[in-house]
Amino acid sequence: MCLGIPAQIMSISDATKKLAMVEVSGVQREVNVACIMPESGDADELLGAWALIHVGFAMSRINEEEAKKTLEILIQLGEAQAEIEAMRHGQAALEGSS
Amino acid sequence: MKYADEFRDPEAVNTVLSEIESIIDEIGATADQPIHIMEICGGHTHAIFRYGLDKLTPEGLEFIHGPGCPVCVLPMARVDECVELAERPEVIFTTFGDAVRVPGTKKSLLQAKADGADIRIVYSPLDALELARRNPDREVVFFALGFETTTPSTALCVQQAAQEKISNFSLFCNHITVPPPIKVLLDDPYMKLDGFVGPGHVSMVIGLEPYEFIARDYNKPIVVAGFEPVDLLQSVMMVLEQIKSGQAKVENQYARIVPDQGNPVSIAACEDVYERRESFEWRGLGEIDESGLKIREKYASFDAERKFGIGYGQASRVVEEPEGCRCGDVMTGRIKPIQCEQFGKGCTPERPLGALMVSSEGACAAYYQYGGVRPDLEPAA
Ligand code: SF4
Repeated sequence: MCLGIPAQIMSISDATKKLAMVEVSGVQREVNVACIMPESGDADELLGAWALIHVGFAMSRINEEEAKKTLEILIQLGEAQAEIEAMRHGQAALEGSS
Repeated sequence: MKYADEFRDPEAVNTVLSEIESIIDEIGATADQPIHIMEICGGHTHAIFRYGLDKLTPEGLEFIHGPGCPVCVLPMARVDECVELAERPEVIFTTFGDAVRVPGTKKSLLQAKADGADIRIVYSPLDALELARRNPDREVVFFALGFETTTPSTALCVQQAAQEKISNFSLFCNHITVPPPIKVLLDDPYMKLDGFVGPGHVSMVIGLEPYEFIARDYNKPIVVAGFEPVDLLQSVMMVLEQIKSGQAKVENQYARIVPDQGNPVSIAACEDVYERRESFEWRGLGEIDESGLKIREKYASFDAERKFGIGYGQASRVVEEPEGCRCGDVMTGRIKPIQCEQFGKGCTPERPLGALMVSSEGACAAYYQYGGVRPDLEPAA
């Protein structure tokens, strides 16, 4: 919950609500990108960018190399698996089966 | 010195390790008179044990494990209040998975769920908000827990809920902040602290300014650090260099993620939604002034405490810790986890007695999992 996980921004799902789809290790998830919005206010500038995701919020942009390094460390710490599992689980909670 | 062969960049690790060793020598620190460095963040505690950094560094350096795991400092009374909320028939209680095994005085959230309470483990407060949209006839309560890293997420959710005029969503706010307990520990005459390794992701949100008092008022160095072993070691080295040269300042080893000013959008959202409580209880540390957050009056309808009349100030605060639990002593560095009689007996990660055994970021769980040393790095007998 505290370490977060790096993910890549794949598409903007709702520009007014500042929501985007990210992908990490093949798992897709909608996140809020308010904290990393470009100054221009154009969310499309975020496409393809990497960001550190904490509990569904992109908190900081990071470059791709750093993202991959961080992911590797998080996998070693067992945190990445926990985060990805939590993302999957979150979906189930919405359906009421969690 | 042992060698760090398994690291991605063993050469870099070994260079920093020998630098640390020579500074420790120059300072004259020994096993009997070590330099005490506290890593504040639970993520760092976990990384130290995972990589056996405490064993790779010289004996003249001792890591003190800080209070930076939000699950570990959650008092039992607050867990009881969660259970009370969750057991209301109209409530869907949503929480991060980390919190469900923390024991309350009667039960944990996991036990309450088994007993029939509608408790959903979500990944994000966004999921809780979505549940509120999908279940207009139910009350969705989100257990807002965590330090400055998670606070912006719940603040932004409340703003979103207000904008959409969602009336069946509320937060049970238990957010806490990092700097106040550090001050308490610095004021504790028993604590021996020579410097700090600061939390990376908390700082990404709040920036460096909130740590200034540590350098200015207490004359201790603090270096904000990343999570890679080499980041952690480099930060330790930077702290030691300050100690050696008699300096005390706030430094940023993790500038690639942590802007000195923090994240302005996050700070503004938190300011808008939250204000400081006069004081807040920390497990093992007691009441700490201005260390917790509550929802501002203007967002009162999103405050589960007000909505359900449950929470801080509603009931007597004093709840005894379970018999034999020494979490408080571990948290304040008075004993090591293995010195607690319950360690590995009455208290294991599967059946935690104290909160420090619940989260993988808790000092006791980390000790238990890695034994304080990675066996493969132990010298052959
Ligand atoms: S072993 Fe368990 S009871 Fe003892 S201090 Fe650690 S968490 Fe608390």
